[in-house]
Amino acid sequence: MNQVQNFTKGLFKENPVFVMMLGLCPALGVTTSAINGLGMGLATTFVLLMSNIVVSIIKKSIPPKVRIPSFIVIIASFVTIVDLTMNAYLPALHKELGLFIPLIVVNCLVMGRAEGFASKNNTFSSIIDAIGMGFGFAIALTILGGVREILGSGAIFGITLVDADLMLAFVLAPGAFIGLGYLIALHRLIKSN
Amino acid sequence: MANKESTFTNMLLTMVIVTSIAALALGGVYKATKDPIQQNQDRKMNAALKNVLPDFDNNIAKDTVSVQMEAGEKVMLYKAKKDDELVGVAVETYTMKGYSGLIKLMVGFLPDGTIKNISVLQHAETPGLGDKMEEDKSDWSEQFNDKNPAEYELSVSKDGGNVDAITAATISSRAYCDAVKRAYDAFKKEMKGGK
Repeated sequence: MNQVQNFTKGLFKENPVFVMMLGLCPALGVTTSAINGLGMGLATTFVLLMSNIVVSIIKKSIPPKVRIPSFIVIIASFVTIVDLTMNAYLPALHKELGLFIPLIVVNCLVMGRAEGFASKNNTFSSIIDAIGMGFGFAIALTILGGVREILGSGAIFGITLVDADLMLAFVLAPGAFIGLGYLIALHRLIKSN
Repeated sequence: MANKESTFTNMLLTMVIVTSIAALALGGVYKATKDPIQQNQDRKMNAALKNVLPDFDNNIAKDTVSVQMEAGEKVMLYKAKKDDELVGVAVETYTMKGYSGLIKLMVGFLPDGTIKNISVLQHAETPGLGDKMEEDKSDWSEQFNDKNPAEYELSVSKDGGNVDAITAATISSRAYCDAVKRAYDAFKKEMKGGK
């Protein structure tokens, strides 16, 4: 597989949210607005990138039986670093996402890429894979957040379009499931054409 | 792929090395971010105090009292003074009754018990519904200003009080009232007991 395909597969063909259905907990939980989705997507991209790099470098010196615990320690460390750094320098975003940042640790997307890709490929491919998957995740979350924000509160990226409460359900948890369902259907439709 | 064998020594060594490096890295980051995080919190606290109190000139961070409430809870009071005269008291209050648990408020009282202003310090209420309690999201919280809880019933109108609840967020509104009431109780306790 060449590197261009390696990068673009995460964006559409193997999109982590729409196709692989990985990392759905944050995808459903934080996407009450487009900016939250984008913030969460970028934070996850960073963790994914760093853990993929480290895992692909040290994969040969890790005995297979303890590889999962080692990966978890590595991922958890990067998540904590993101959490602290965000709290220190981006307090507003941290206030919104605070609850969900620690959950990146158990995001199966990060674990899945470390185990399924980085531990079998070289560092360069792993970097490309992480960026592609991370962006795919961020795009999916931003779209879902955008749809919910427009339908639920009549705004996009905090800019009010319609000054009224529209379909409140879309800001609440059910809206996340309904929105995601329709987006997946749309993704399938585009893919099959 | 020539992996290392999973012998006991190898596994032990690997885990020790991995966790040690992780611990070192985390220690470093914690140290580097400790001051900015503290500063952020102080700044937020000061902004909230300035927002809910009249002009003051004392070092308010030093002029604090903690009031013991019934169930062993503690509430912090900040006394604002101007030319050594008490001009207001800010109460850092909370409630656990929010739709998503904890809500923290800063309530500013004038010495006679009238509410000057209220700031939300922390909450996790539903975006678009309960979060209208934030003063920059809607003007809902302004209805408390200039009211004296001695003659203003701090509960939503559905429960027979004087407060108009946020549309579709009665639980959040009730919790908000609960927190303000707790602040007023602490304020009364302090003013009666002390000076």
